[in-house]
Order: sequence, then structure tokens, then C-alpha cells
Amino acid sequence: MHALANPTRFMRLAGAVLPWTVAAAAVFLAAGLWQALVVSPPDYQQGETVRIMYVHVPSAWLSMFIYMVVAAGSASFLIWKHPLADVAAQAAAPIGAAFTAMALATGAIWGQPTWGTWWVWDARLTSVLVLLFLYLGYIALVNAFDDPERGARAGAVLALAGVINIPIIKFSVDWWNTLHQPASLTRLDAPAIHSSMLVPLLLMVAGLFMYFLAVLIIRMQSAMLVRRSRALGRVARGTAGSRA
Amino acid sequence: MTGFFAIILRELRTGLRHLSDISAVLAFFALVATLFAFGVGPRTLGDLAGGVLWTAALLAAMLSLDRLFQPDHDDGGLVLLILSPVPLELVVLAKVIAHWLTAGVPILVLAPLLGLALQLPEGSLPGLLTGMALGTPILSLLGALGAALVLGARRAGVLTALLILPLVIPVLIFGVAATDPANGAAPVLFLAAMLLGALALCPWATAAALRQSVL
Repeated sequence: MHALANPTRFMRLAGAVLPWTVAAAAVFLAAGLWQALVVSPPDYQQGETVRIMYVHVPSAWLSMFIYMVVAAGSASFLIWKHPLADVAAQAAAPIGAAFTAMALATGAIWGQPTWGTWWVWDARLTSVLVLLFLYLGYIALVNAFDDPERGARAGAVLALAGVINIPIIKFSVDWWNTLHQPASLTRLDAPAIHSSMLVPLLLMVAGLFMYFLAVLIIRMQSAMLVRRSRALGRVARGTAGSRA
Repeated sequence: MTGFFAIILRELRTGLRHLSDISAVLAFFALVATLFAFGVGPRTLGDLAGGVLWTAALLAAMLSLDRLFQPDHDDGGLVLLILSPVPLELVVLAKVIAHWLTAGVPILVLAPLLGLALQLPEGSLPGLLTGMALGTPILSLLGALGAALVLGARRAGVLTALLILPLVIPVLIFGVAATDPANGAAPVLFLAAMLLGALALCPWATAAALRQSVL
């Protein structure tokens, strides 16, 4: 971690790693989509709609994983003042929000044919919706200040408060759900997944994870460039001011 | 400790000097409840009364948060509070207590009246009041964190609501559950547990947020 604390070294390393991540994402996604859409069998109950799973499940996993990335980045920014951790957290958050939105959207599209409804106030769905709101609140807070440094610190405190709250929200939503409705719609029996479906699923997980890494690196690189150009602008204004 | 009580007294005094703030929060609380009555219609209102009252209370509590730290931030008093010998965590706690006394307690007092108007079922009132007595301090504690985070931000009011409302969903869930006598004591105990947790953690997080707001 500390080897990466030097922005110049990070930029050099990121530039070297990026093509490999992009290539890995492309290979895994191509293989995963081929497996998921063509090779893997249709489900005996759900038919062809089961193929939505190959996008839906990795998105849902990544939506939670990326929030942990944001929280870990925020923690190391606040505790060790790691100069790149806040860049990573801020760069990761919109990607996480996009994966959360994708999990919700694909879930709705999948729910319509299998459960007969676009949306149920089920514990899982509701928790993911709250996760989306947490992402949006974080992004809004980070961008709400004229001083980006201030937004980074406020956002970091919020991300940590959110991560402490997530288990409580999850638990209370579960409790609320069992109180309100019996779990009838979502009780799809989940037998151990067959390898013909597991292989494409894992390929898609790997592909989307590599995609996340690639986009994260690109977003971090551009954030660093923005930061550098802002610093240069400040220096330029400062010298111009002293001359005048 | 004298500093702690002095801050509570000061906050109460300034709060009572701006009585119109408190009455605006209460009017908003009553107005939201009335809007629900119009929106839902009188027939099904009784079943929804607990949820309506809690939602209205959450929204009203959001409205009162900007006066927690914003005036001190604007006139520079916040720096003095941070530099004062009283630990900032205790300052936050004192301000939260004063905020609860001037925003939470009035909501708590008005709630039974609105409950009558919304045809809250007979047995629900004790649960509603115990729930709110435990829940409104949590709103003040979490709200203080939100108010501290948005100091100096653009559109701070909307932002506080966007940050805090997702975090108070558990309070809403257990608060509404407490209004149903069939649920027994469990929701009240959960609310009490959340209050203790928030009491232990929120002042530290809020103090951290305040410190970084003036760096």
C-alpha cells in the first residue's frame, strides 16, 4: 500500500497495469457472454430468462464489494492520510452506484417473467435500494463543496458511518420483511448450481471485476491529472499575482 | 462538566429565543400528517397512522438540523468550541441534547394529538410514545452527524436529508413496529439498543466531521 503512496509511482504502475486489465476484462467478458448466452442450458423452470442471472448476480456482488472498497479507501485516507486512498474511494463510488443500479434493473427485468412483478418489497431488494441511496448520498456530498479536499474528508466520514450502519439496516429490513409478508414470492428453491451454469457465472464475475479495475484505474488517472492541473493553475496564478 | 452544562443552557436559551423555529418544525410535522390524510383518504387512515406519524416526525426532524452547527460555523464560534477545554465530543453531545429538547420533545408532545386526529388505534399510543421517546434522540444524534458533514456545502439542507434519511430507516422500521401492540416489547428494546449504540458512536463521528470542516 505504501509503495503506492507516491503519486508518480502510482501513475507509472497504473499505466503499465491498465492494458492488461482491459485485455483480461475483454477476454473474460467475451468468454463469459459466449458461455452464458450460447453454451449454457436454459433453466428447466425459468427457460431462457435464467440468462439474466449471469449479469445480475455479478452486478449485485460487485455493488457490495465496491462499497467495501470505498469504505476501506476512506478509512486509510482518514487514518493514515494515504494520499491516493481518497482518490480511489471517490473514483470507485460512481462505478459501484452503476453496478447497484444494474443489479436493480436486471432484477426487475428478471422478476417480471419469473415472479410476475417488477418489484417486491423483499428484504434483499430493499437493502440493495438503500445501498443505492447510500452511494448517491456519498457522491452528492463529495461534490457539494467548492474545495475538493473538504468534500473528500466529509465523504470519507460518511462512508465509514454508512459501513457501520449497513449491517443494522440489513438486519432491520429483514425483520421488517418477515413481519410484513411471508417469503412466498422469492422462495425459489436454490439447488446447488450445476457446473454448466457455474462456469459462465464465474467467468462473468471475473470479467466484470476486471472491468471494474480497468475503469477504476482510468478514473483514478484522470482524477490525478485534474488534481495536477489544478495545482499548476494555482502556481501559475500565484506567480502572475506576485508579478503584478 | 460545567462547560458541558453551560453549552446545553446556551443552546436552550438561543433555541427558545427563536421560538418561531420550533413552531415551524411543529407546523411542518402537523402539515405532513395532514397531507397524508388527504392523500390516503379517511377510510384507511387508522391502519397507516403509526407509519404516517413516524414519517412526518423524521421529515420534521430533518428540517430542524441546520440550526445545530450552521450558526456557529457562520460566525466563527465553532472554532472556539473546538479550541475550548471541553472535549469536542462532549460539546457535540451537549448540542444534541439541547437539539432533542427543542425539536424532539415538542414532536413527542404533539404526536398523541396528531394520533387522535389520524385515528390511531386505541392500544397503539403507548407504543408510539415509547418508540418516539427512544427514537427521536437517535434522529438528533445521526442528524448532528449529517449537519456537521454538510457545513459549508452547497444546498446543505437537501443534502442532509439525502445523507441521513437512508441511515434512519431502521429507526422508522422499529418505531412503526412498536406502535403495534402485537409485536410485544422487541421493537422497543431494539430502539433502546440503537439509541445506546448511536449515543456511543455518533458524538465521535460528528466531532471528527466538525474538526475537518474548519481545517
